[in-house]
Amino acid sequence: MIRRFWAVLIGRNKEFLRDRGALSWNLLFPFFVVFGMAFAFSDKGQDVFKVGVAGEVSALPPGFAATRHLKFVPISDEGEALGKLRHHQLDMLVRPGRPLSYWVNENAPKGYLVEKIMLGTDAAKPAPERKAVEGKAIRYVDWLVSGLLGMNMMFSALFGVGYNLVRYRKNGVLKRLKATPLRAAEFLTAQIVSRLILIMGVFTVVYQGSDFFLHYQRLGSLLDLYLIFALGSASMIALGLLVAARVTSEELAGGVLNMLSWPMMFLSGVWFSLEGAPRALKLFANAMPLTHTIDAARAVMTEGATLAQVSGHLWILGGMTVVFLVVGSLTFKWD
Amino acid sequence: MAVLEARNLFKRYPKAKVNAVDGLSLSVGEGTCFGLLGPNGAGKTTTVEMMMGISRPDKGEILYRGKPAGAEFRERTGIQFQDTALQDHLKVGELLDLFGALYPRRLPTAELAKLCDLGELLDKDPEKLSGGQRQRALLALALVNDPDVVFLDEPTTGLDPQARRNFWGLARSIKARGKTLILTTHYMEEAYALCDEVAIVDRGRIIAQGRPDALLKEHFDGVTIELEGEEIMTSDVEATLDELRRKGRSLAHLRVRPRTLEDLFLRLTGRELRE
Repeated sequence: MIRRFWAVLIGRNKEFLRDRGALSWNLLFPFFVVFGMAFAFSDKGQDVFKVGVAGEVSALPPGFAATRHLKFVPISDEGEALGKLRHHQLDMLVRPGRPLSYWVNENAPKGYLVEKIMLGTDAAKPAPERKAVEGKAIRYVDWLVSGLLGMNMMFSALFGVGYNLVRYRKNGVLKRLKATPLRAAEFLTAQIVSRLILIMGVFTVVYQGSDFFLHYQRLGSLLDLYLIFALGSASMIALGLLVAARVTSEELAGGVLNMLSWPMMFLSGVWFSLEGAPRALKLFANAMPLTHTIDAARAVMTEGATLAQVSGHLWILGGMTVVFLVVGSLTFKWD
Repeated sequence: MAVLEARNLFKRYPKAKVNAVDGLSLSVGEGTCFGLLGPNGAGKTTTVEMMMGISRPDKGEILYRGKPAGAEFRERTGIQFQDTALQDHLKVGELLDLFGALYPRRLPTAELAKLCDLGELLDKDPEKLSGGQRQRALLALALVNDPDVVFLDEPTTGLDPQARRNFWGLARSIKARGKTLILTTHYMEEAYALCDEVAIVDRGRIIAQGRPDALLKEHFDGVTIELEGEEIMTSDVEATLDELRRKGRSLAHLRVRPRTLEDLFLRLTGRELRE
């Protein structure tokens, strides 16, 4: 059994590695996207200063509260707000009171400016209590890279497995294999493992390669990131198998795969956060494996989350993988 | 003893509302070459696919050495489809290794290369082979597990006469190794050259079965006279020639030939187009 699985796995890997066009595309495309986006959004910044308020905004000194170009954001969780301050997502955190307390990031130029502005208003008396934090900025590209890598994995998983399988069914390769003692489960497992190796290989090259130039701010563990992306890829490969379980027409398979990938590309949080989106849209997005992959990876990347903290996403991805695989294997047809 | 038996097979394609195979039974002796002949749509491929285990009969059973054909049978058979598609980007030798690993028993690549005259084809991409080379590579693939029963589904369709005869030579040498061959073909001369027994299938049933010579003897008594595109079947050549002379026909391009399987095939299945 292992021998048959291994033979199909090796064969599939060779096929892919020798398909120069597909290999170059799989490697170059994500590089282009990551660098393109990093370049395009390199100047993206907040056009106002963001001040987190741990308490009622109305309790702030009125002169300070009326300052133009300052945006006051009510904060419910002080710990989380401090995290955002460390990563330059907030420029200052204030707690109303007499005297006022405030936190500022020593490494943030905008924090320095907001502090100067505040000290020029009625908030300066009585002398506020200053606390400093430190931390480097999380740039848009640090946030975006999880989404881009996830999106690339999704395309590779859905089309690389799903479309290829339908093509092999249509041209009779699967029929020839059916005539051998090879079992469907062995064949499908080899397809999944082969694609998973490929996807994680591409992930390593693209992530490490672009990190060399862009120096990502990754707050969590790299191993956790690998595990999340591996599980996310497995779920999307399984989805590709499910689509390809019975379909014999490449056109139909292409249509269904596009129908799955396009909503994921726009609604799974690749490009922008769905925070604040309508509830129905969020529910819809939560039905997609890419949403959970990106959310979990992003939490590790930009918030330093541990696997335990993103375990909800991991359980959902694991569940999706199992369900897609079981249904895909049970409905699988060789011809 | 029969190595392979099909008993009362039925297969209906509901969409086409047709019984593709309609109560077909046959028995293949060990070490023989059995030919399945028939016009397009007669049910040959459906029958063979059921025997190979590619599709299931609606009714009936397939027996391998007297037992229902199961996992063991799959390990002991080799298949060459008429137009086998192969994985992209794998060389012939690698495909042999891949398929070989799927079976518990396999012939060494060197032996397969010798048996099927592969030579330097082992390092080539199947896409780049000529028709004859490709069929030899596919035959090697069918033999990779050293099978007892080898299915050859229209193995020489589209080949030139040299390649076809070369393939016949390979088929004979495989048979000489004690393998049982089940051949479907449209070429009656191929069936005559290779088969110990043939079954002519039409509309899902066997309409004639036996050794080629015996079938010809059973159905024909005489020869065919070909004259200017006309075929005259006769058992009395002299009388027919006299008749033609009397009608003033020129006999300059006359040819007398024995009856062939093709004559029998056309007599039994008719001359109308089936597609």
